[in-house]
Amino acid sequence: MEAIVAEDVHFSYDGLQPVLNGVSLVVRTGEVLALMGENGAGKTTLVKHFVGLLKPRRGRVLVFGVDTREATVAQLARRVGMVFQNPDHQLFAETVEEEVLFTLRNMGVPPHEARAICDAVLREFDLARYRDRSPYSLSVGERKRLALASVLSYDPDVLVLDEPTAGQDYFNKSKIARLVNGLKRRGKGVVVVTHDVEFAAQVADRVALMAGGRVVREGPAAEVLTDAQAIAAARLTLPQIPAAAAILRERGVKLSRIPLLPGGLYAEVIALLDGGAP
Amino acid sequence: MALVELIDVHFRYAGSEEYALRGVSLEAEEGEFVLLVGPSGCGKSTLLRVLNGLIPHFYEGDFRGVARVAGLDVPKTPPHVLARHVGMVFQDPENQLFLSSVEREIAFGLENMGLPRSEIRRRVREVLELFGLEELKDRAPYELSGGQQQKVAIASVMALEPRVLAMDEPTANLDPISALEILSLVSRLTREKGVLAIVVEHRLELALRFATRMVVMDGGRIVASGDPRRVVLEASRLVGFPPVVVAHQLLRNRGLIGGAPPLTPEALSEEILGVIGWRR
Ligand SMILES: Nc1ncnc2c1ncn2[C@@H]1O[C@H](COP(=O)(O)OP(=O)(O)OP(=O)(O)O)[C@@H](O)[C@H]1O
Ligand SMILES: Nc1ncnc2c1ncn2[C@@H]1O[C@H](COP(=O)(O)OP(=O)(O)OP(=O)(O)O)[C@@H](O)[C@H]1O
Ligand SMILES: [Mg+2]
Ligand SMILES: [Mg+2]
Repeated sequence: MEAIVAEDVHFSYDGLQPVLNGVSLVVRTGEVLALMGENGAGKTTLVKHFVGLLKPRRGRVLVFGVDTREATVAQLARRVGMVFQNPDHQLFAETVEEEVLFTLRNMGVPPHEARAICDAVLREFDLARYRDRSPYSLSVGERKRLALASVLSYDPDVLVLDEPTAGQDYFNKSKIARLVNGLKRRGKGVVVVTHDVEFAAQVADRVALMAGGRVVREGPAAEVLTDAQAIAAARLTLPQIPAAAAILRERGVKLSRIPLLPGGLYAEVIALLDGGAP
Repeated sequence: MALVELIDVHFRYAGSEEYALRGVSLEAEEGEFVLLVGPSGCGKSTLLRVLNGLIPHFYEGDFRGVARVAGLDVPKTPPHVLARHVGMVFQDPENQLFLSSVEREIAFGLENMGLPRSEIRRRVREVLELFGLEELKDRAPYELSGGQQQKVAIASVMALEPRVLAMDEPTANLDPISALEILSLVSRLTREKGVLAIVVEHRLELALRFATRMVVMDGGRIVASGDPRRVVLEASRLVGFPPVVVAHQLLRNRGLIGGAPPLTPEALSEEILGVIGWRR
């Protein structure tokens, strides 16, 4: 199902310098879309349109069929939850626990349920021991996780995560990856804006590459993330496993495909060994 | 010469029960590229705050131990004096930027150092070009993308040409190519100018190749330090593995491969060529 539809979206902050130059893109439920591309490409600007924080100057954005110009940010937020690139932009409560409870209250979750949900998400994100601390006394990675916890707590239909893995180690990253995959299985639509090609390789079904305010390439993750030329043009690097596989191919090793993840590469190597000499 | 010397440093933030640093000792010399890793909340940023004197001068709490940077005793040296030797790139760039334009932001630290006008202009021009920021020089920092802000924060510290460069996840918001460019620039400064770089990074797939030493923290302590190829395994227990190391482990568990893990796709593919008995 189409959750968010951007149609020929044009935008400029000052009315002079164009920042989005006709972006068309669809976010579907039950799917993870990774939005990638060089610094300043327009990714954050685009996803701010998905929650109505910015409105297109030309073109339109539909959220479950509703034009974002015809809805308030609060209405849109119930269906589309956003984690900002800088978590400090969305943390303001006195304590970690209050932060989550406040969001839940705001979204109309009854108090007796809110308590249990809050406990669960704080545990999930390894923040339970900080429940009485000020969000500002947390480490940066912890703050990012709190922002994530707070948005996930009210279970919106679509999640827009702007650089969710910035400041996270591999364990936390894998945890976030599992979480994103879980959301998808539950039929949520997920947009991740990320520079982290390894993370994208783990979670994305589709990848859209942006440059200069345009989507310059869009397709299945397995195609886009292994396309050396498209990746380089977007100032990304190939994920490590496709990069290693590409070198093997260059050296004449016959791989049946370019795998995205370590397990895939391992399977290719085993197949070569079983099949005798390369 | 040891540019950084920490001996048994403890620190507890006021209002916190637990110590964020519990007996950290670290010696680092000029020319080193020290990659500092560890799980979120283990005390990496806290350690860097000791290097430029934010701890104990700005953050309240209990400080114990010895901290010397560029020969200066940190608890006894005012932060503005330390700032002449230690450049700090903070983890959230936006909070580091507060002036009305990118150009002013970069010039600010240089003006504080009391450099002559012409030298300030020269250095501002140089880093604007180096970081591809010329077109953005008149913009206010809040009118920039996350990655552009991070570049400005790094550029304004680099312009000061500090002997000790402390960088707290400098590439968290950078596209991979920009991240590699900046890390290789830092690496060049360590090799050519003898700068000591202490870099906190979670993206090992980008940073590992530049490190001359890897230091691992856990729960406010340093738990491993040394050759990155050896220490990366130690670290992986705490922070996980980059994909090339995962692939190497899968092959090792099948008994196909041994030894230290590869740090790059190039190294991994060489090992795989060995496994499948490839001859040119
Ligand atoms: N508030 C603003 N006012 C004016 N220009 C802005 C503003 N915010 C962003 N821009 C500009 O718009 C362009 C797109 O910025 P955006 O934040 O969408 O990029 P991004 O793709 O998210 O980049 P990054 O990867 O660095 O986060 C950039 O050139 C940026 O300088
Ligand atoms: N200002 C503060 N007041 C109280 N506690 C703090 C403060 N800053 C950090 N802490 C706590 O000290 C510990 C170490 O934090 P620090 O910021 O050094 O972690 P970190 O290793 O840099 O983590 P990350 O990778 O998430 O940035 C954490 O438990 C954190 O919650
Ligand atoms: Mg952005
Ligand atoms: Mg930190």
